Amino acid sequence: MSAGRNSRSLRWVEPILLPVVNLLLALLLSGLIIWLIGDNPWQALQLLVAGAFGSQEAIGYTLYYATNFIFTGLAVAVAFHAGLFNIGAEGQAYIGGLGVGLVCLGAGSLPFWVVLPLALLAAAVFGAAWAFIPAWLQAKRGSHIVITTIMFNFIASALMTWLLVNILIKPGQQSPETREFTPGTWLPSAHDLLAKVGIPLAPSPLNLAFGLALGASALVWLFIWHTRWGFALRAAGQSAAAARYAGIAPAAMTVVAMLISGALAGGLGLNALMGAEHRILLDFPGGAGIVGIAVALMGRNRPIGIFLAAVLFGALYQGGSELSFDMPHVNRDMVVVIQGLVILFCGALENVFKPRLAFIWER
Amino acid sequence: MNSEAPALELRGIDKRFGAVHANRAVSLAAAAGSIHGLVGENGAGKSTLMNIVYGFHAADAGEILVRGRRVDLRRPHDAIAAGIGMVHQHFMLVPNFTALENIVLGVEDGWRLAGGLARARTELERIERDYGLAVPLDTLAEDLPVGLQQRVEILKALYRGADILILDEPTAVLTPGEAGQLFQMLGRLRDQGKTVILVTHKLREIMAVTDRVTVMRQGAVVAELATAETSVHELAERMVGRAVLLQVEKGPARPGATLLAVRDLAVRDRLGVLRVKGVSFEVRAGEIVGIAGVAGNGQSELLEALAGLIRPDAGEISLGTTRSSQNPRERRRAGLAHVPEDRLRMGVIASFPAQDNAILGYQDRPAYNRGPFMRAGAIQADCERKMADWDVRPPQPGLPITAFSGGNQQKLVLAREVDSGPRVLLVGQPTRGVDIGAIEFIHRRLVALRDAGKALLLVSVELDEILGLADRILVMASGEIVGELPRTEATEERLGLMMAGIGKAEGERRRAETPGHPIA
Amino acid sequence: METYTLIILLLAATIRVATPLVLAALGGLFSERSGVIALGLEGMMLGGAFASATVSAVTGSAWLGLGAGIAAAMGLALLIAVACVTFRGNQVVAAMAINIMVAGICPTLGLAWFDLGGQTPQLENPGQRFTELVWPGAHAARALPFPGLLYSELISGHSLIVYLAAALVPASAWVLYRTRFGLRLRAVGENPQAVDTAGVSVNGLRYQAVLISGLLCGVAGTYLSTAASSGFARDMTAGKGYLALAALIFGKWRPYPTLGACLLFAFTDALASRLEGVALPLVGVIPVQFIVALPYILTVLLLAGFVGSAIAPKAIGVPYAKEK
Repeated sequence: MSAGRNSRSLRWVEPILLPVVNLLLALLLSGLIIWLIGDNPWQALQLLVAGAFGSQEAIGYTLYYATNFIFTGLAVAVAFHAGLFNIGAEGQAYIGGLGVGLVCLGAGSLPFWVVLPLALLAAAVFGAAWAFIPAWLQAKRGSHIVITTIMFNFIASALMTWLLVNILIKPGQQSPETREFTPGTWLPSAHDLLAKVGIPLAPSPLNLAFGLALGASALVWLFIWHTRWGFALRAAGQSAAAARYAGIAPAAMTVVAMLISGALAGGLGLNALMGAEHRILLDFPGGAGIVGIAVALMGRNRPIGIFLAAVLFGALYQGGSELSFDMPHVNRDMVVVIQGLVILFCGALENVFKPRLAFIWER
Repeated sequence: MNSEAPALELRGIDKRFGAVHANRAVSLAAAAGSIHGLVGENGAGKSTLMNIVYGFHAADAGEILVRGRRVDLRRPHDAIAAGIGMVHQHFMLVPNFTALENIVLGVEDGWRLAGGLARARTELERIERDYGLAVPLDTLAEDLPVGLQQRVEILKALYRGADILILDEPTAVLTPGEAGQLFQMLGRLRDQGKTVILVTHKLREIMAVTDRVTVMRQGAVVAELATAETSVHELAERMVGRAVLLQVEKGPARPGATLLAVRDLAVRDRLGVLRVKGVSFEVRAGEIVGIAGVAGNGQSELLEALAGLIRPDAGEISLGTTRSSQNPRERRRAGLAHVPEDRLRMGVIASFPAQDNAILGYQDRPAYNRGPFMRAGAIQADCERKMADWDVRPPQPGLPITAFSGGNQQKLVLAREVDSGPRVLLVGQPTRGVDIGAIEFIHRRLVALRDAGKALLLVSVELDEILGLADRILVMASGEIVGELPRTEATEERLGLMMAGIGKAEGERRRAETPGHPIA
Repeated sequence: METYTLIILLLAATIRVATPLVLAALGGLFSERSGVIALGLEGMMLGGAFASATVSAVTGSAWLGLGAGIAAAMGLALLIAVACVTFRGNQVVAAMAINIMVAGICPTLGLAWFDLGGQTPQLENPGQRFTELVWPGAHAARALPFPGLLYSELISGHSLIVYLAAALVPASAWVLYRTRFGLRLRAVGENPQAVDTAGVSVNGLRYQAVLISGLLCGVAGTYLSTAASSGFARDMTAGKGYLALAALIFGKWRPYPTLGACLLFAFTDALASRLEGVALPLVGVIPVQFIVALPYILTVLLLAGFVGSAIAPKAIGVPYAKEK
C-alpha cells in the first residue's frame, strides 16, 4: 500500500472534489426528472439561483434556513463520528423547540440576558432527552437506533400535535399554536442587529441564532478533534473492540454522542421559534432533520463542510419556494428528491467515486 | 516416481495487485500420488498462488495444467470441475448448518432439497469407508470440534471428486496430536493416488510429511527440493534469503518478586460459556512465562480477563501487592500493559493515523493534554520518538496505520505499551502476521525487557516461539493449566502430550476434588 | 354475543391491517437472510403504492396497477441492490436515501401528472380496486350465529391480496427451508465466503433476494392504495416499512414468528382504533394522537425487549468482498 503519493492527492479529493461531484450528479438527475415532468431544467436552475441569492431578502432567507440545517447537520455528524446513524434529528429538534417555547412562554418579565441562557439550556436538555431513550436502547439492548429514532420522530409528531391542539393552544383560536411570545424573549433579528451598527439590511427571518449556530460549529470542531473525549468518541465509533481495549466504554460513548446530538438538534428551536415565528406551531422543523443527514454526509461530518452544505440546502429550500411560483410542479418535494440523491451519492456510494476520482486526479 | 504427467503443473504464473507483484513467473509441478509442500513467509505469495489455482483470482499470465491438459480456471466452479479441492485456513462452514448441509452446499443435486440430501448421505458413507474419514453428518458445524470441522472441509472436496487437495495452513488450529492424525489421513489419501499440496510456514511439518517442497520468497520460487535431501535450516534460509537465527539468544532468567498473581480464576466468554476454569499461577519480575496451547482453549479469555476487558466469574488477580480493579484504564495505571492477540481488531484503530494509535489507551495522560485540549505537537513528537526507538518504518506519524506492514504496526503497538513503563507486560501472539525480520527484532526486545526486570506473560500458539522465549512454560487445555515445565525440561513432544490431554486425567482428578466447580 | 361479534370484527380488521405488514416483512425476510439490511421496505412500498394507483387510475384496471406497482418496487429494489451489492455501499444509508427520494418523487410526479396536490385520482370504478371477495354462501351464513359470522366476516370478504399474503407465509417457509435456493440464501447470510468457495455467486443470490423483497413490497404497496384505500396520498405508508422490519426482527427472522409479530401490531392498531372516542374506566377518552402513535410506541417496546444481535444472520450488513 503506497501511502505517500496517494494520501496527498486523496486529501484533496475527499473533502472538496467528492461533494462537488456528488452534488453535480444529484442536480443532473433532478434536472432529468424535471425534464420528464415537462418543465425546463435549465430555467428551473436559473430561477432557483435567483430565488436564493437574487436579493438581500432572499439571502437572508437562505441563511435562515441554513441555520436550521447547521444545527441538524452538526447533530447528525456528531452521531456519525460515534458510529451512529441518527435519523431522529427531526423529532429532537421538534421537542427541543418545545423546551425553547416553554421558556419563552413562561418567561414573564425576566430580562433577555436571563431568558437566552435558559432557552439555550432548554433547547439542549429537551433535545437531548428525546435522543436519550433510543441511545440507551441501542447501548444496552442492541435495538437498532435507525428504527427507534424514526419511531421517535413519529411519536414526537403525535405528541406535539396533541399538546398544541389540547394544552398549549392559545385560548379562543382555531389553529393549533401557542400565543405569541412576549417581544422581550425574541432573538434579535439580523436586520435589527445590523441596523444598530448602521448597516441597512432587508428584513428576513435571519436572526442571532445564525451566530449561535456558528458558535456551535466551532465548539463541535474543538470537541471532536481536539479533546480526549472527542478522541474517545471517535475511537468508539470506529472500533468498539479497540475502544474497550483503550479503556473507553462504547455503550457510554453511544449515549453521550446521542445526547450531544439531540442537544444540537434542539438548537433549531432557537432559530425557528425564538428567532422567527415567536410562537410554538405545528411542524416547524419542516423536514430539517432529514436535510441534516444530507448536509452531514455532504460535509463529510466536518463543521466547515457542514456549513457549506447547509448554505447550499438553504439555497435549495429558498430557491425552491420561489421556483414553485413560476413552475407550480417543482416545489419542496423536488428538494426532497435532491436530498435523497445527495445522501445516496455522498453516503452510500463513496466507494464508487473516490477511487475513480483519485485515479483521474493522479494521471 | 513415474514419468507420467504431473497431477498439477503451474507454468509461469504471474499476478499483480496494483503495485504489489504477488506472484512472479511461478512454476511448480506436483506428481500424482504425492504430498507436495509449499513454504514461504507471510506475504511470499503462497496464498495468492493457491487462490489462483482454486479459481478465486485470475492470473495475469501463465498456464495451469491438470494431468497434462491445460485448464482455464476462472471461478471456483472450474477448479472443482478440474478436480481441484481446497481446504482453507479459516474454515468456510456455515455455523448453523449441519455437516451434511455444509458438504452439499453448491452441489445439492436438484432444486428440492430432500432427495439430494438423501443421495448425498449414501455417497458420503462410501467416501468415509474408502478413506477412513468419519464425521457425524447431522451435527451442526458450530458444535463440532475443530478437528472434525476440518474433516468436513476435506469431505467437501472429496465429495466433489477432488483428486488434487490443497490444504492451507491446516495445523494452525490443531493440537500436535490432531495434527498427527491429519497427516496419517493425508498419507492414506496419497496412497490412494490423490495429490496433496500442503501450504504452510511450519518447517517441521514439511520435513515430517511431504515428498517434495517448493520454497517461495517475495512472490518467486527460490527452490524446489526433495524433502529427504534438505533440512529445516536450509528451508528457513531459502525462505528468508539469509541465515536465520531460529533460536533467540538469551541468558538465564533471574526472577525476582512476584508481580502478577492469579488465583482460581474462572472466566466466561461473551456468550456466557465458561472458558477459564480455575487457573492459578504467578509471574515474577525478570522472567517470561509462556502459556502454550492450541487456540480456543481459554488463553484469549484469560488474557482479556487479566487486561481488565472481561470481569472474571471467580478468582483473584493481583498486581504487585494490590488486588486490581476491573477496567483496562485502572490496570494500566497500576502498571500493567497489554499487547492484544488481535492487533487489527483491538490493538489499533485502522482509520486513525499512526500517532493517534501510538497513544491509544493513554490518551488521557497529562503529557498529551493541556486543560481540555489535546496537544497535537507533543503527540506527534512522542510518536516520532517511539518510531525511532523501535525502528518503525516509514517514520511518519501522520500516515494511517494501515499504511504500515504488520511487523511495523506491531512494533508501534509494543512501543506504546512499553513506553508507559509497565511492570507487567501481557503479550498475545506477538508475531502473528509479522515478517521474519521484525520477528527477530521483537523477540530480542522482549528478552531485553525481561532482563530489565519486567514480568512478561506470553501467550502464543506457535510452540517454537514459546520454546524460544519462555523461561517457564504453562500448558493450557480446555480452560485449565494442565502442566508446567521449566524451559530446560520442555520439549515439543512433552508439551504436545499435555496439550492433547494426557493432562486430561490430571484435570479430571482436580475437578473431582473441588466441589461446586461447574462442569464444562 | 355482542362481544363475540366485536371480537370477530376486530380480528377481521386485524387481518386487513396486517396484510401489508406481512407482505413487506416477508420481503424483508428474504433480503435480510441473504445479508442485505431491509431498511428500504418503506420506500419500495410507497413507490409500489404510487405506481399501482397511477396505472389503475389511468387504465381502469387494478391488475395492471398491480403489475406497475410490482415493477416500480422491483425497480427500486434493483437500485438498492446495485448500490449495496455491486458497489458495496453502506446499506443503511443507501436504503434511507432511497426512502427519502421516493417520498419526494411520488408527490412530484403526482402533482405533475394529476394536479391534485400530489395525490392520484380517486379510484371509483370497481375494476380499479382489489375489493372484497365474497365467498359463496357468505351472506346466507350470517343467519347461523357462531360459525356463520366467522365465515362471513373473518374468512370471506377480504381482498384477494389478503388471501395471497396468507398463502405466502407457508410458501416462504417452504422456499426457505426445503429448496436449494433457500439453503443457499441462508448460507449467504451466514457465511458468504463458504458460498463463494462452493462456486455459487454471492452477488447473484443477494440480487435475487433483494428483488424478491421488491416484489413483495410492490404487492404490499398496491394493497395500500388500491385495496385498503382508493388512491395514493403522500407518505401513505406512514412508517409501515419500518414496522414490518421491527416485526421481522422480533420474529427472529423466521416466517411464522414474523407473522405473529405482524398480527400483534395489527391487533393493537385495530383495537386502539375501535376504542377511539370511547371513554375508558380509569383514563377517560384516549386522545386520537395516542392511537396514531401507538404502533410506533409498540415498535420501540418490541425492539427494547429483543436482545438479539446473536441471532441475526451473521453476515448481515457487511458488503462481501473477496479477500486477496
